[in-house]
Amino acid sequence: MKVLVAVKRVIDYNVKIRVKPDNSDVDLTNVKMAMNPFCEIAVEEAVRLKEKGVATEVVAVTVGPKAAQEQLRTALALGADRAIHVETDERVESLGAAKALAKVVEQERPQLVILGKQAIDSDNNQVGQMLAALTGMPQATFASEVVVDGNGSEGDKLKVTREIDGGLQTIELALPAVVTTDLRLNEPRYAKLPDIMKAKKKPLDVVTPADLGIEVASRVKLLKVEPPAERQGGVKVGSVDELVDKLKNEAKVI
Amino acid sequence: MSVLVLAEHHDGLLADATAHVVAAAQAIGGDIDVLVAGQDVGAIAEAAAKLDGVGRVRVADSATFAHQLAEPLADLLKALADDYSHVLAAASTTGKNVLPRLAALSDVAQISEIIAVESADTFKRPIYAGNAIATVQSEDSLKVITVRATAFDAVGQGGSASVVPVEADVSNTLSSFVGEELAQSDRPELGAARVVISGGRGMGNGENFKLLEGIADKLGAAIGASRAAVDAGFVPNDMQVGQTGKIVAPELYIAVGISGAIQHLAGMKDSKVIVAINKDEEAPIFQVADYGLVADLFEAVPELDSKL
Repeated sequence: MKVLVAVKRVIDYNVKIRVKPDNSDVDLTNVKMAMNPFCEIAVEEAVRLKEKGVATEVVAVTVGPKAAQEQLRTALALGADRAIHVETDERVESLGAAKALAKVVEQERPQLVILGKQAIDSDNNQVGQMLAALTGMPQATFASEVVVDGNGSEGDKLKVTREIDGGLQTIELALPAVVTTDLRLNEPRYAKLPDIMKAKKKPLDVVTPADLGIEVASRVKLLKVEPPAERQGGVKVGSVDELVDKLKNEAKVI
Repeated sequence: MSVLVLAEHHDGLLADATAHVVAAAQAIGGDIDVLVAGQDVGAIAEAAAKLDGVGRVRVADSATFAHQLAEPLADLLKALADDYSHVLAAASTTGKNVLPRLAALSDVAQISEIIAVESADTFKRPIYAGNAIATVQSEDSLKVITVRATAFDAVGQGGSASVVPVEADVSNTLSSFVGEELAQSDRPELGAARVVISGGRGMGNGENFKLLEGIADKLGAAIGASRAAVDAGFVPNDMQVGQTGKIVAPELYIAVGISGAIQHLAGMKDSKVIVAINKDEEAPIFQVADYGLVADLFEAVPELDSKL
C-alpha cells in the first residue's frame, strides 16, 4: 500500500524562542529550524512499514515556504521514496494545511496517511483530525502502536493503540485511514550521510495551492504575541526543615 | 449567541474538566447547553444539570457514542452545531480528538487550548510550548474551541438545568472500539489535584517512585512524571506532565529529580508554588522554582516524608 506522510518545518525544539519587540509574532530570523519531532516519528513509522513489506511506497508532503524543502529532503534521506511540496508564503494554519493535504490525498490515493499529533510551534493538534474529516476517513490520533492487518488492500483493517488521558485505548479502523503519532510510537533514526546524498536525487514535485484549486490563507487573525508572565525569582533553601517551614508559614500551601 | 459544551466523562462519571469549560462558556456569554454523549449516561447528564450557568443538558445516549469515538461524535456535533455560535470542549484527549474533526466538517478553523476569553471572538492561547501567548481572533461564524481546564475556575453546582434527549441520525462504519487499559489509581486525578509531586530521570527506576507515595498520601497529592521517567519505563505515560502530556496548575508542584526541560515546564509552570529537589544546582528547574533544595533526593525525600 501507499503511505503518505506529512511533515512540517518548525523552530528546533531546543531553541529558546524570542517574541518580537512589536509583539507581532515570534522572531524566527536566524533561528535554527528542523523537522517537527512528531513528524520525524511519522516518517519513521512509514519507513518501518515499508521495511516490513506492508508499504510499497512512502510519499512525504509538506505545506509551506520554499525553505521547507530541506525537511522534505530529510524525509527522503530517512527513507521516503519521493516528495511533494505545496509551496506558499502565506501564514498557513491547520484548516488550510488540511485542505492542501486533502487535495494531495485525492491525487495520490494513499491507503494510510501518517502525521504528527501536533507541531511544536503552534501546538494546535488539529491537522490530522481535519484531514480525516475532509477526506471522510477514520482517524486514530495519539498513536503509540500501529498494526496493519494484511497488506493494506481494500477491506483491510488498521489496529491502533492510542494514548488517552486515563491510559491506553485500542481501536480498529477501516482503511484508508489517518493516523497521528504520539511520542512513544517509535524512536526515529538518524539520516546517514550516504542517504542524505542519495536523497538529493529523489523526485520532489512542487505545486501551489492555486494548482490544487484551494485557498490556504487563515481566517484566524493573529492580533498579538506576548511573552508569558515571568515567575518571581525563587529562593534556595538550605535544608528540608527550612523547606517545610517555608511551605507551611510563608507559602501556606501545606 | 449560544454555546454548546461537550461534556467530558469517564467511567460513568462527569469529569471535573466540564465545570471548568462551562466557566469559559460563561466568559463568552449567551445561553449554555451541555451535550452528554455516550452509552448509559443518565447519571452523567444529571450531574451536568447541576452545574451553575447551564440552561439545558442535551443527551445522546446510544451504543454508537460508547467510548466517544471521533467519527460518530463529530457527526453528532455537526448535526447540532447550526443552533450555536460556539462549540467548546476540554483540551483533553477526547476534546482534542473530536473538535478539529467537527471544525473541518463545518469548514471553520479551530482554536486550541484557550487560557483566556477576551471577547466572544477573541481568545488567548499559549504557543511554542507556553513560551509565548498569542491573542487570536476568529472570523468564522462558528467558533470551535478547546479549553485548557486549569486556566478557568470551575463553576459551582447549584444549577438545575433541564435534561432533554437528542434525536440524531448518526451511524459509524469507519471505526470500532477494541479495548482499553486504564491505569488504576486511588489518588486524585493529575489534572485536578491541589498538589502534584513528580519524579524525573533522577528517580533512577520505577521502584523508587514509591518514595513519593508517602508524601503524596500526606498531602493528598497526585503523582506525576517527566517524559524522561516515562521513556525510561519507570511509570506509565498517563502520568506524564508536559507539552506532550498533561498540563497541570496545582497550588503546589514538587519536582523531584527533574531537570526542567522547556517541554516539561510547559506542563506545570502555571502552578502557584513550585518546589524543586535536585542535586544539580545548575538545573533549569531552579529558575522557575519558588523554593529550591539542592540535595540528593534519596536523602531529602524520605526526610521530607518524615517531617510532614
